[in-house]
Amino acid sequence: MSAGFYYGMEVFLNGLMTGVLYSLVALGFVLIFKSSGIFNYAQGVMALFAALTLVGLQDGQVPFAHLINSIFGTQVHHFGWHLPALLAILLTAGVMVILAIVVERYILRHLVNQPDIILFMATIGLAYFMEGFGDLMWGSEIKKLDVGIPQGGNLWIEESTAFLGGDDFYGFYLDSLDIVAAVFAGLLVLSLVLFSQYTKTGRALRAVADDHQAALSVGISLRFIWVVVWSIAGFIALVAGIMWGSKSGVQFSLSLIALKALPVLMLGGFTSIPGAIVGGLIIGVGEKMFEFLIGAPFLGGATENWFAYMLALVFLVFRPQGLFGDKIIERV
Amino acid sequence: MFYREAGDFKTSYADDSQTFPIKFDRYRYWVVLAFAFLVVPFIINDYWLNAVVLPFLIYSVAAIGLNILTGYCGQVSLGSGGFMAVGAYACYKFMTSFPGMDIFSVILLSGFVTAAVGILFGLPSLRIKGFYLAVATLAAQFFLVWLFNKVPWFYNYSASGQINAPERTVFGYAVTGAETQAWAVYLVALVIVVLLAVIARNLTRGSLGRKWMAIRDMDIAAEIIGVNPMTAKLSAFAISSFYVGISGAMFFVLYLGAVEVGEAFGIGKSFIILFMVIIGGLGSIFGSFAGAAFMVLMPVLLKNVMVGQLGWATDLAAHFEFVIVGGLIIVFLILEPHGLAQLWRLAKEKLRLWPFPH
Repeated sequence: MSAGFYYGMEVFLNGLMTGVLYSLVALGFVLIFKSSGIFNYAQGVMALFAALTLVGLQDGQVPFAHLINSIFGTQVHHFGWHLPALLAILLTAGVMVILAIVVERYILRHLVNQPDIILFMATIGLAYFMEGFGDLMWGSEIKKLDVGIPQGGNLWIEESTAFLGGDDFYGFYLDSLDIVAAVFAGLLVLSLVLFSQYTKTGRALRAVADDHQAALSVGISLRFIWVVVWSIAGFIALVAGIMWGSKSGVQFSLSLIALKALPVLMLGGFTSIPGAIVGGLIIGVGEKMFEFLIGAPFLGGATENWFAYMLALVFLVFRPQGLFGDKIIERV
Repeated sequence: MFYREAGDFKTSYADDSQTFPIKFDRYRYWVVLAFAFLVVPFIINDYWLNAVVLPFLIYSVAAIGLNILTGYCGQVSLGSGGFMAVGAYACYKFMTSFPGMDIFSVILLSGFVTAAVGILFGLPSLRIKGFYLAVATLAAQFFLVWLFNKVPWFYNYSASGQINAPERTVFGYAVTGAETQAWAVYLVALVIVVLLAVIARNLTRGSLGRKWMAIRDMDIAAEIIGVNPMTAKLSAFAISSFYVGISGAMFFVLYLGAVEVGEAFGIGKSFIILFMVIIGGLGSIFGSFAGAAFMVLMPVLLKNVMVGQLGWATDLAAHFEFVIVGGLIIVFLILEPHGLAQLWRLAKEKLRLWPFPH
């Protein structure tokens, strides 16, 4: 086996890890789309907002410090405490629940029965709002997020795979953070499945996803379910925000992971949780392998921006509902 | 009283099917045009041109284009930024390859090039529908921006990767390049915008527009009553991209003069144009203008108030702008999902009855 082959393998494995992170974001989209038919563009910004809030709480930043200083001429920045990571995460989860309640109360409730495109636009509006609000609240500079997840290459994997290749092969390089993220994503999906199968609220959730009117007629409160779903999407955004934030810092570009998750959704189908996961893995591996094999040598690189979309586009032409999406039946 | 059909007798079919059936509307239309052509050029200055008027005119064209596709034909597109980039780069290539061509033909040709690209990216719409299509059009956005960034032929191998508009004149007056005069640029833009708007208005009233609307309302039913979905959808993509491409070309040669593709035609541009269409009103040419005016004026206004009046730092003002734009969009959608055009329609209905309540 040549070194190129092993390097390709390493790219493949890293693609798999990135794919897990993509599916994590896509999962939030799917949950909301299934339960309310809303294509929530704000999912990426929710991850950014969650990460910003987490960092802010952990470092004891004063919310809206910049604004307060501008208006009153004061110089407040920090409360001067450092919260432990776990407490900060719990508090942030609380903030995401509040966010879900606010979204339901002030946006969704007023937009019931509007066409899909209007709801979609509303979430874009929400994305803009939260982007500005998050920056206003916590400041827009790049922040470092550290909740104690190990980072850097994982030595154990590197050493234990070194025997595979020749003398010039030192084992697969995998980031510990990616491994932790993959584990957490797996746990998250598992707990979601358990939650929706074995709890009362979970069953109600599935009923709403199946048929809004039927669910209403058996006494399930749609509004409560929406709050639950948006809260769960908020938790997923929080996990995604922690993983991406630890990886590359908390900054505006974090919200762009939403754009990475969209082709995953197309590929997997908007309504399928397994689809989001398999789609994420395919896209993650696909774009890394394409960049490695074709993009970087022949096309001048940076193909990751569009490859996922093109792949999904070509795929959809042959299967318009995605891999696992519900079959589209159209009647006049 | 003055806003009535009553007494305005139509004696020919042409009269009967004219754009503005009410006499007052016709007069108003000519007054607005006369004001735009005869008064504004004498009072316009560089600040107003570059801050308000020119972006408004250019975005109006883009909004009309997207409205044809999304509002009339029902195909949501998030690729407008990419198509604007096609227009701009086509314009640049034509200008540098054929220095003798006048600016109007160059802009027109860029429109045709964009239309061809639009048809190409419209092909999947025959299979993919709804949100899947909206996301699929993002493929156009990212791919085109990447293409113009990576292939040096498009920016003539310039070191900076930027494209710069060479100078062109109309009747001896420079309209592009460094030495332009506000009124000349304004008039060039205005001529193009008015022509395109009149064409769009008549297209959407005619058989093509009806086909688009049939496809929008229900494509299978439309197919059954004899509308060919392929020609209808692809013509909508072609004409929409034609408009968007022309606005991209104008954005480049008349407004910016120098363009870096990722910055000028990124995904944000696609969203802004979509906002204009939604806030203005889906399926309305007037709405495209209203939406463009709203989205151009609001940031200028906010900036003036927050930075100029309150003296806040610009980054703070920028964050507030996001909050306010996002908030306004949500409020707008809740209060009037059919946009400014619907408010205008309601006002006209009221005016027809005025001063009587019923």
